[in-house]
Amino acid sequence: MKKLIQKIKGLKKTTKVDFATYLGVILAFVIVNLLRTGGLLNRSLTGMLVPICAYIVMAVSLNLTVGILGELSLGHAGFMSVGAFSGVIAAQGLQASIPSAPARLVIAILVGAVFAAAAGFIVGVPVLRLRGDYLAIVTLAFGEIIKDLINCLLVGYDSRGLHMAFNISGSLTINDLGLEPGGMAIIKGAQGATGTTAISTFTAGFVLIMITLVVVLNLVRSRAGRAIMALRDNRIAAESVGVNVTKYKLMAFVTSASLAGAAGALYGLNYSNLAASKFSFDTSILVLVYVVLGGLGNMWGSIIAAAVLYILPEALREFADYRMLVYAVVLILVMLATNNDQLKALAGRILPKRKGAADNG
Amino acid sequence: MEFLSYLISGISLGSVYAIIALGYTMVYGIAKMLNFAHGDVIMVGGYVSFCAVSYLGLPGWLSVVLAMAVCTALGVVIEGLAYKPLRQATSLAVLITAIGVSYFLQNAAQLIWGASPKGYTPLIPTTNAQGEPNTLRLFGGQLSISYISLFTMGACIVIMVLLTLFTNRTKLGKAMRACSEDKGAAQLMGINVNATISLTFAIGSALAAVAGGLLCSFTTSLMPTTGSMPGIKAFTAAVFGGIGSIPGAFLGGILLGVIESLAKAYISTQLANAILFAVLIIVLLVKPSGLLGKYVPEKV
Amino acid sequence: MKKKNLAALLMAGAMCLSLLAGCSGGDGGESNPPASDAGAQESAPAGNGNQGGQTTGTAGGTFKLGGIGPLTGENAIYGKAAMNGAQIAVDEINALGGPIQFELQAEDDQADPELGVNAYHKLLDDGAQIIVGSVTSGSGIAVSAETYKDRVFTLTPSGSSVDVISGKDNVFQVCFTDPNQGTGSADYIAENFSGAKVAVIYRNDDAYSQGIRDTFVAEAETKGMSIVYQGTFTKDTQTDFSVQLAGAQNAGADVLFLPIYYQPASVILAQAAAMSYAPTFFGVDGMDGILAMEGFDTSLAEGVMLLTPFSADAEDERTQGFVKKYNEFYGEIPNQFAADGYDAVYVIYEAIQAAGCTSDMSAADICEALVKAMTAISVDGLTGQGMTWQSTGEVSKAPMAVVIKDGVYVTP
Repeated sequence: MKKLIQKIKGLKKTTKVDFATYLGVILAFVIVNLLRTGGLLNRSLTGMLVPICAYIVMAVSLNLTVGILGELSLGHAGFMSVGAFSGVIAAQGLQASIPSAPARLVIAILVGAVFAAAAGFIVGVPVLRLRGDYLAIVTLAFGEIIKDLINCLLVGYDSRGLHMAFNISGSLTINDLGLEPGGMAIIKGAQGATGTTAISTFTAGFVLIMITLVVVLNLVRSRAGRAIMALRDNRIAAESVGVNVTKYKLMAFVTSASLAGAAGALYGLNYSNLAASKFSFDTSILVLVYVVLGGLGNMWGSIIAAAVLYILPEALREFADYRMLVYAVVLILVMLATNNDQLKALAGRILPKRKGAADNG
Repeated sequence: MEFLSYLISGISLGSVYAIIALGYTMVYGIAKMLNFAHGDVIMVGGYVSFCAVSYLGLPGWLSVVLAMAVCTALGVVIEGLAYKPLRQATSLAVLITAIGVSYFLQNAAQLIWGASPKGYTPLIPTTNAQGEPNTLRLFGGQLSISYISLFTMGACIVIMVLLTLFTNRTKLGKAMRACSEDKGAAQLMGINVNATISLTFAIGSALAAVAGGLLCSFTTSLMPTTGSMPGIKAFTAAVFGGIGSIPGAFLGGILLGVIESLAKAYISTQLANAILFAVLIIVLLVKPSGLLGKYVPEKV
Repeated sequence: MKKKNLAALLMAGAMCLSLLAGCSGGDGGESNPPASDAGAQESAPAGNGNQGGQTTGTAGGTFKLGGIGPLTGENAIYGKAAMNGAQIAVDEINALGGPIQFELQAEDDQADPELGVNAYHKLLDDGAQIIVGSVTSGSGIAVSAETYKDRVFTLTPSGSSVDVISGKDNVFQVCFTDPNQGTGSADYIAENFSGAKVAVIYRNDDAYSQGIRDTFVAEAETKGMSIVYQGTFTKDTQTDFSVQLAGAQNAGADVLFLPIYYQPASVILAQAAAMSYAPTFFGVDGMDGILAMEGFDTSLAEGVMLLTPFSADAEDERTQGFVKKYNEFYGEIPNQFAADGYDAVYVIYEAIQAAGCTSDMSAADICEALVKAMTAISVDGLTGQGMTWQSTGEVSKAPMAVVIKDGVYVTP
């Protein structure tokens, strides 16, 4: 026992934080499940568990791009969208051949991750040559393009397999797919994916969060992660010591995209209806807010920020019409407070010990 | 002839984008922040102008002047309360605050003016007293351009020229450019950096009010979310032309409008936006700092 | 590092606060149903007492209705109108002092399925027994899937997509389904404008608009109509229609079908006037409200035809009374959504009477009883006389074609 404590004490600070993050997530999962079985959790919170998991994965994965890689991405919802729709197609298409819902969910999440990774690669190769706000605008553009493309997508399934059409001229309808009478329309353009069987569960969300954390934290603490952070801190210096810019940037970007895709699949399969317009610029911004308020590069911060800020507007329902106004004011005040020198000094005086510990890190 | 008429409708749409982009680019150039609330200041300008016409019975041009005054005040207040305390903070913190301000303005507008769309009477009415359209007819009526489009294009050029003259020739303009280059050095030279940035916001917001009047004349209706998409498009236009560059914002805006219009006419109406953004990506890949943006070599 | 620390501290503080808020909300939610049950038990006997003299059976008590619709965001106009209309009906019914009393709690969903489901759970926490919503189709499809699972009776005022009701026996609509409107419009145009060249401009990223367009095109084909042009737009490009209008004009269309809401329609009318293009504009129920739009030049809408179930200009006493009340409370002329919301509450009222529900019954029992009652009742509402329902959830009522003349609706 003593040895163990010794060993824990001997660990690096970052390792300790990582383990605390894992433990915290597991603990939260156990507590929530206990509350749920005990009937202590109300319906509102129970219903929000899956989307919270999806947004946590979104926030952690975006933090990899914004916090670790240091590139501002305004189109993260685009990857979520790719993952969500490919996941829904997979889960709905396999309904007949794989009756087990959890198995279909796993496959859907994998499919979502793969497709989003492919999209991330296609976008990443040309785009990562750009810098700063130019990169930001291109990711924004990408998110908008994805949204418009999915609005034109018609997908159906019948005994002969999947059918797809692309309504560019504006004159096609789902009937033009020529589905057999028993066929099923999966995506109907702007009407999106309707009639999806909702199969996402909180447990699946928890497992996805854990996988995301393992992937992201291990990447960050690895050699590749140090190279990525070196690029963020000083690209030219990193390049001059032989860090391969394109390789490491792409590595972070594609990983981030595929995790967003997995989150999208989890999210998409939680509702019987999903429209492309959901994954707009606003959703990208929402996730960015989670990341910035949680702290750049700080994964547990993203987790807490995503959970809190997701619940906040719901908790503000008492304000009725003033709800979103109050949310906006809270957002501005939090930003002002966290960047206020006097408050920072005050916090430093109140928490002298923690400040010292933090400075060591 | 058909092509020409699509081109002209593109240019007039582009002029609206260009005026908004000019405000965007001014603020970005000096304060180095993406002011996502700019589009919502436009919306407020539109509402003020609408109220002045509908409730006070003012003529259109006077309502826009009033809107300019209100928006200028609003811009300065927003800057002072929300952005000034964050002068030393990271650009992301400012970005999130700007988004907060944008949410705030949209929701406040909904509470004040309601969620229903309002019909905006164009600054130059669509039809004259005889019920004939207010348009200029060329080539024996084959080509028609509405007066409001002509007016928008004219206003856009005038504003662009005035802004260029202002930043290049006047003392205040020089102070702005100095701040944009190097805030620290500017301060050492005796320039009041804070006042200069506030002034930039004032000018940007006044421009937003003008843009609001013209945008609403174009769309003839007004909602609390009216400003958000044009705001994003104008941001795109500003980046397209090279953010921080005044002629760039003008060019970017016009090109954006033309591409959108031609894409709708000849490729696909539903993918017009996607095509627009795809062109943007290609242009940025070829010219990473935008069409007229300055390439700034990195110092090591 | 110091900064991060402070941010963390603040976040933790915010979390505690919001958890507290969540808890207090939760406690309220959990303690509410018993409280309202107690209230119901008190009022139920009283209701039964009153009932003695009435013929409707044993129905009585205070029923808690949960409304879901967009109260903020860009679709707020529809949600607010429907909920305001519903509130007027609730007040009217409560003022009657009969055994059946209603309490309406409206929650915001911003027309988003995700928030719609959240709002639904919140309503159940607060003890809602019957759901009036969702106002929009997108959110409605997701919410009705949940209510089907939980067995909560759902009546949507205006969620017009077929997917809202399909396969769910407990979900009913007050409005026409989208296909119904599409075929109705096509039939009307085929009948009254035979041989006309038709163009369609619809919104490609909107389920409502696309849904109507799909069935319109299908029905037009079977009727042998010629559709010469189809133009689309999206939320992001709804400021400029000159290209689509030029397309329709060049194709020689003399009827322009607009299955869209009135705000973009108002832009289309203005831009068509600027181009001196004057086909017959034909709209659906989303077009209703265009005349009440503040600041809109109604002369532009002269000659516009639309199929709508509701007209604020109708001269019957009930509509007049509703319009007057609505204008008094909310300072606006009600649109069709408001009428749908108003009718929804009255439909529930009639169904409860027919089924003889009492408010101390569980939501699931109320649901079963109302599902049986719905197919048996016939309701006269603002949006239709003698409305009846099929077991699929679809309403049967007659659509009304009107034409705008001198700024008011008249029957052609």
